[in-house]
Amino acid sequence: MNYFTFLFKSALFNFSRNKGRTFLTSLGILIGVMSVVLLTAAGLGLRKYIQQQFESIGTDTIRILPGTVIRNGQFRGGGGSLGSIRFDERDVLAIRRVTGVANVAPVFTKSANIVYGGKKQFGDVYASTDDIFVGINVKAQYGRLFEKSDVQKRAKVAVLGSNIAKNLFGDASNAVGNTVKAESQVFKVIGVAESKGGGFGGPSLDDYVYVPYRGAQVFNPDRKFSAIIVKVKKGFTVPFVKDEVSKALQRRYKEDDFSVFEPTEVLNALESIFATLNVALVAIAAISLVVGGIGIMNIMYVTVTEKIKEIGIRRALGARKSDILYQFLIESVILSLFGGILGLVLSELIILGVQQFFPAYIDLGSVIIALGISTLIGVVFGVFPAKTAADLVPIDAIRNE
Amino acid sequence: MIKLSNVRKEYVLADDVISTVLHDIDLTIKHGEFSAIIGPSGSGKSTLMHLIGLLDKPSSGKIIIQDRDVSRLSDNQTSTLRNEFVGFVFQQFNLINKLTVLENILLPTIYARRAFSYDPRKKAMYLLERFGIANKASVYPNRISGGQQQRVAIARALIMEPSLILADEPTGNLDTKTGDEIMKLLKELNEKEKITIVIVTHEPDIARRTKRQIKIVDGHIVTSLKSKK
Ligand SMILES: Nc1ncnc2c1ncn2[C@@H]1O[C@H](COP(=O)(O)OP(=O)(O)OP(=O)(O)O)[C@@H](O)[C@H]1O
Ligand SMILES: [Mg+2]
Repeated sequence: MNYFTFLFKSALFNFSRNKGRTFLTSLGILIGVMSVVLLTAAGLGLRKYIQQQFESIGTDTIRILPGTVIRNGQFRGGGGSLGSIRFDERDVLAIRRVTGVANVAPVFTKSANIVYGGKKQFGDVYASTDDIFVGINVKAQYGRLFEKSDVQKRAKVAVLGSNIAKNLFGDASNAVGNTVKAESQVFKVIGVAESKGGGFGGPSLDDYVYVPYRGAQVFNPDRKFSAIIVKVKKGFTVPFVKDEVSKALQRRYKEDDFSVFEPTEVLNALESIFATLNVALVAIAAISLVVGGIGIMNIMYVTVTEKIKEIGIRRALGARKSDILYQFLIESVILSLFGGILGLVLSELIILGVQQFFPAYIDLGSVIIALGISTLIGVVFGVFPAKTAADLVPIDAIRNE
Repeated sequence: MIKLSNVRKEYVLADDVISTVLHDIDLTIKHGEFSAIIGPSGSGKSTLMHLIGLLDKPSSGKIIIQDRDVSRLSDNQTSTLRNEFVGFVFQQFNLINKLTVLENILLPTIYARRAFSYDPRKKAMYLLERFGIANKASVYPNRISGGQQQRVAIARALIMEPSLILADEPTGNLDTKTGDEIMKLLKELNEKEKITIVIVTHEPDIARRTKRQIKIVDGHIVTSLKSKK
């Protein structure tokens, strides 16, 4: 046995004899590490989720929403709120004429149950024109997408997202040619869109149903739109077209009545919200870690007191002050690391549980940070008790009963 | 090998209340001696032994161990001397209960700062065998008898191959027969391996089995006589 195995054994023996105390002491570190890890995992997941969404839509798109959604890179309240404007066909035509605009897709979205036979599936119905497929970059996997003529003919046809098709028809390829019902209106399925992935149980493009807006009266009786998706022509920059579109709309609406923004703005706005949240939660985590550290310091003082005689014996056998210092430092670091590892494991379990809904994940960086912080806490809060132990006078220690 | 001159040990009990436990002790212990420090309870036997074993420091006077003035040694050097030069045996055995018998014996070796000319593990096993407790190597100390524990303590004291063994009432917690065996063992170590041994005892029967008795009363050495053995 070498030096460290000896010290480890001493520490571990102590823990196994005081299981409850060990667990309670490491609880503070556990909670602190858990909040740090979960927070980071959620941040990573959110970023991944948003990036996937935007990658699938394409970064050369501009979105127009009613109300003030984003101003100066920050989210603002009032988006789509009561009394705000709704776009109509006139706006679509106006935007089409703007320089640098390649494609304009107006959308009216509504969530609904999509029914086939006895099966039901909840999804977002997109009432739009054929332009939507260009706007958000969707291709047909089976059958076909609806065309301009379908829109003009007020055809009651639908293109299903791959998820919906799969859930309703078992295999997505079976969907084409069948009819589905949404809000008691019947649609003929003419195609299934290619899977875009992402979403993770949240609103994924694979859970969308696309219908021509003129045919989908139930969804859009007054032919108004809740959003307009604009694709930028090659050779034009997104900010330029954004400005132009804004100007065009300002001829009819006040500046605050609508928002024009590009996907990266949303991403940045979300990240700035998350950064603010981060500061608050990291502060909580830090408090928890400090409290945990104080708990460890307290228990280490108790341990030193319990082991005074043992310290005396070790000094009599030739242990230096530094040997005693290391012995107790190792013990406090193990105690703290134990809490940290437990926190990591619990976090991973929680993340496995929510991964169905949200793509949170723990990366190597969080593991290193979690273990690093735990070690640091063990050292910082363990060093005072360990120093007390090391500085005991050998004879006083060994005479202690 | 060990020379104490004018060594005094005092405790400050309160302001102006000083209790002198050892008065101006002059004592020389030569290499290869087997001595007993005897005297009534509270006379300062243990205190003297702790001073020799570098666990304690004198209030005044000089302690020379192997030609070195120990008052000039740093804490680390003192630790190394305790580790390499002295082996302690205590009345309460003082084994560490969370380490096995073998680990207890090896404990001093983990604090060693020098290379070994022998394999400590083999040496530990050899000692266990020699003391008739080889089968207890992986047992924890609280599972063996007092006599066996004291043998383990002696093995631990021997593992670093020290020049000096200090035993404070090594038989104090043992029955006469077991105490007898421990004394036999110490005697053998002194005679065969030429280890200098100092024991503290208040039993005249035990003291008589050593070659020299140092009698202390109230912190004074009153006699220091050699037996005719
Ligand atoms: N830390 C201390 N502070 C004050 N007095 C002390 C201290 N340590 C020991 N003493 C005193 O020193 C005296 C000698 O103690 P010591 O332990 O050396 O006696 P001893 O001869 O070994 O006795 P025993 O045979 O009972 O073990 C005792 O009177 C004791 O009370
Ligand atoms: Mg004593």
